[in-house]
Parts: sequence; structure tokens; C-alpha cells
Amino acid sequence: MLRRRKFTEVLFKAVGLCSLALAIGTLALLFGALIVEGASRIDWQFLTSFPSRRATQAGILPALVGSSLIMLVTAVVGIPLGVAAAIYLEEYARRTWLTELIEVTVMNLAGVPSIIFGLLALGFFVYILGLGASILTAGLTLALLILPVVIVTTREAIRAIPVQIREAAFALGATKWQTVSHHVLPYSSAGILTGIILALSRAIGETAPIVTIGALTFIAFLPPAPFTTEPPFMSFEWLMSPFTVMPIQMFAWVSRPGEDFAGNAAAAGLVLVCMTLAMNGLAIYVRYLMRKRVSW
Amino acid sequence: MDVMELPRLESPEDRVWPKLLKAETRALSFSYGHRLALKNLSVPVEEYKITALIGPSGCGKSTFLRCFNRMHDLYPETRYQGEILLYPDNRNILARDVDPIEVRMRLAMVFQKPNPFPKSVYENVAYGLKVRGVTDRRILDEKVEQALRSAALWKEVKDRLSGLATSLSGGQQQRVCIARALATDPELLLLDEPTSALDPIATANIEELLLDLKQRVTILIVTHNMQQAARVSDWTAFMYLGELVEFGLTKQLFTNPSKKQTEDYITGRFG
Repeated sequence: MLRRRKFTEVLFKAVGLCSLALAIGTLALLFGALIVEGASRIDWQFLTSFPSRRATQAGILPALVGSSLIMLVTAVVGIPLGVAAAIYLEEYARRTWLTELIEVTVMNLAGVPSIIFGLLALGFFVYILGLGASILTAGLTLALLILPVVIVTTREAIRAIPVQIREAAFALGATKWQTVSHHVLPYSSAGILTGIILALSRAIGETAPIVTIGALTFIAFLPPAPFTTEPPFMSFEWLMSPFTVMPIQMFAWVSRPGEDFAGNAAAAGLVLVCMTLAMNGLAIYVRYLMRKRVSW
Repeated sequence: MDVMELPRLESPEDRVWPKLLKAETRALSFSYGHRLALKNLSVPVEEYKITALIGPSGCGKSTFLRCFNRMHDLYPETRYQGEILLYPDNRNILARDVDPIEVRMRLAMVFQKPNPFPKSVYENVAYGLKVRGVTDRRILDEKVEQALRSAALWKEVKDRLSGLATSLSGGQQQRVCIARALATDPELLLLDEPTSALDPIATANIEELLLDLKQRVTILIVTHNMQQAARVSDWTAFMYLGELVEFGLTKQLFTNPSKKQTEDYITGRFG
């Protein structure tokens, strides 16, 4: 009997190990292939050049700048909206059928294919609001895309704060907002930030909605600089500029004939993966920092 | 009423009653949704005395205590009836026009499980003042020290005021919570089984502290521990199934209860 039970134990261990190896192995293989094909192509010239018809002179500068600016817009719009919505739902809203409905809808939104968000953006931002295929449109679209994820993770992080802490604050005469801003948010910030960064690192690789709203695939200029020499020294013209992003640049190169461009695509892919990994790393580090500051 | 019971101190002239009241409930009832948790309770709270609430678990003593600072307002479908009067201004704190936050600024509460904020000892104790908008560092320093001294914790933590309150021992954490409650000079201190999560030595420390504190603040304490009530309180209210069975001087209630139910409970026949 015991031997049979032990056998099951070993069997499960083996199965678990195999599935893990498969997952990690695939990832390693993909990453390895990218490195082999693309690493040699990555240099200063590659990072700072515009696309070109000659593979060896082409670079990813506009895509890099485009992706970064769009992430900026996405973060600035998506994070405050998502966190505020989560706080409202979790701390302020009374439990009614309406909040239940909103809850379910938000959950479902997190699972909607991203191209649907692209279609919505094409109709609403591009045509109705007339924002065109701009950085602003792309940023808003991705902000919509990450909104449900930010809301769900923020709510989970908020809910993890023990009710005794809230009661302690209320008992001392704190208002709801004081309780939220002095306690609930600071203590849950590790979880919230992790959720936000993971959502952003997903958004940076999104291609479908960006293609849908009409991003360019070949672009030979940068958006206007956000700083000017004349007062008010700031310009938001870049928001309305056409753009391209890393995954689209990659796709454009992959679909071109010729070995050289395949190398470029791999190199761009490598840069993109590194950006994502860097963001995930940041998430882990931030979580570590916050955990150290708040201990129960 | 059991007629066969021996005659006890039942007649009104024999019944002692607190003189100077800090607070009083009048026909207080409370319900969670459709469940009536407190039924028609009238309990006086004498000023600068310790009033203990005892009774078996689930009898509603914590629910009763939490009515005083309107904690139930935080949750949906709760309803108060009757009055809780706060003296000397004779204010019914359950009245519609009374903001629960206003009530919580006058009263302070210490909970069953120590619940310091995961912040420094100093920030914990100063928090009540912070929400009231006190920013003057000198006043804060002074009040924090005073409160920590009152909670008999100053000597132990004065060199690590900036250390995390959550890294202290359980008894120390609870005293941080008491200091936090005292820092705003409350008129009435509510304690909800403050020692139930503590070891005997920490419990003894807190009990000693309470006896010391009653010179300055009126105390209403819930306890599941009858010996504790007998040791620290001046008045005791015995509750059962959401009703007040008996209220009286602690000495009298424990040595010569007027109700059979009270006697059964304090002699350990049920509870």
C-alpha cells in the first residue's frame, strides 16, 4: 500500500517537473534563437537609426521612441483611472446589483481580445474624436486595455489589508479618505505597483490594437520634442504625431524578403523582450522595497 | 421570576446606582439586518470609574461596545434604536444629525487583537492628532510622550520611537494601541477584550495600567474573563443573549448577585 502511495508521489513529481521543463525550455529556446540571430545586430547604430531599405543601415529609433511615449501616455491615463476606480469599488461603493454588474463586467473586459479594443479606438478616438492615428490615440487605447487589469489587481491588493487596520483608523476619527490615503493605499502599494507594471509590460508588446488604429510601418522622423526654447517651454504636439512601435517594426522586418532583415527583426525582438524583462524586474524590485517598508 | 429564590437585595432603595454619569444607554437596541443583536439595554457608565461588560461569547457585549463609537456605521444594514447619551452635554450620539466621526473624536477604542499600523511607534501614537490636523512638532512630541507614559510604555520604547510598532511584543503592541487611543485625550475609553490575545504577564500589566488610568479617563471594558472584571472594574453589567441581565457594583454582583442567571454564570455553571 505504502509503496503504491509513494509511487503516485514520485509520478506526480515527475509530471510536474516535465511540464515545468517544457515551459521553461520553450522560453529558453525562443530567447536563445533571438540571441543567436539578433545579438550581433544590436549596436549603437541599430538603436539610433531610422529604418532604411538597406538592412545594415536600418535601426529602431522611431519604434523605440514611439513605444516609450505611448507607454508614458498609457501609464499617465490608465494608472490613475484604474486605481481610482478600484478604490471606489472596494472602499466607497455600496454593494448593490449595479456594483455587482460592474464587477463582472470589469472581469470580463480583462479577457476581451485586444483587437476589439483596437476597433473601439478606431471608431471612437480616431473618427469620432478625430484624434487620428496618433501617439495619443495609441496611448489611450492601451490605457483602456490595461484598465481592467489594473482595477482587478488593485482591488485584490486593497482587499488584502486587514479590516482591523481600517477600524483602527476610523476609531481614531479618520475620515474615509484619510483611512484610504494614510493606510490602505500605502500598505497595498507593493501589490498595486506590481499589478501596474505587469499590465504595462503586457501593453508594450501589444500589436493588434495598434495596427487597427493605423500605425505606420515605415517612419523616418521623430515626434516633435516635448520641450521648446520659447515659453512655455513645453509642447504637446508630440501627442498628435504619427508613430510606430517595436512589435510593428519587428513585424515589418519579418515580412520582408532577405536574410538581413530577419536578423534585424530578431534584434528588435531581443530589445523588446529585454524591455519587458526590465519592467518585470522593476516590478519585483519595487515589491521587495515596499515589503521591506511595510511589515505586519 | 423565580419566586422560590431566596430574598436578595432587590428592593429599589437597596439598589445602588452610579452618581456622576459619563455616558448612559437608554433602551438601546441594535440589529444586523433582521437579526436583533441587542435588546433594550439601559446601562449607566460612571465617570472616572471602570465599567465591565461580561457575558458568554455571542451575548452581544462587543456589539454593545461598538455602538458607542458608531463602528457599526461602517457596515451596511445595521440599525440602532434608543439612545446613547454622552455627558455632561447630554448629547444623544445616535441622533440623526450627529456625524459618527464627531463621536469617534470624543471616544477612543482599543481592540481585541493589537492592531498597530505598520508604521513607527511615534506615527502610531500621533495618528489621532494627525487626523485632527495637528502638525506642530512640539505639540506632537509632547503628546506622544505623555500618551506613552500613560500607557506605561515610555521607558521601553523611548529609544526606538522610529522603530516599527509591529515589531514589538504582543503586550507592547497593545500598549501602543492604548497610547494611541489616549493621545487625543478621549472622554471615554472603550476596550474590547484588550487582553484576550496576551499572555498572563502582559495581561497583568494592562490591568494595572487600567486601574491607574481611571484617575483620568472613564473606562468601559468588555471582557470574557470574569476574574478580570472582578479585579479591575467598579461596576459590572452581565449580558446574556443580547439582553442586560443584571447591573450593579462589581463587588455586589460577584458576591451577591440578585439574579439566578448571573449566579449561574459567575459560578461557572454555564458560559
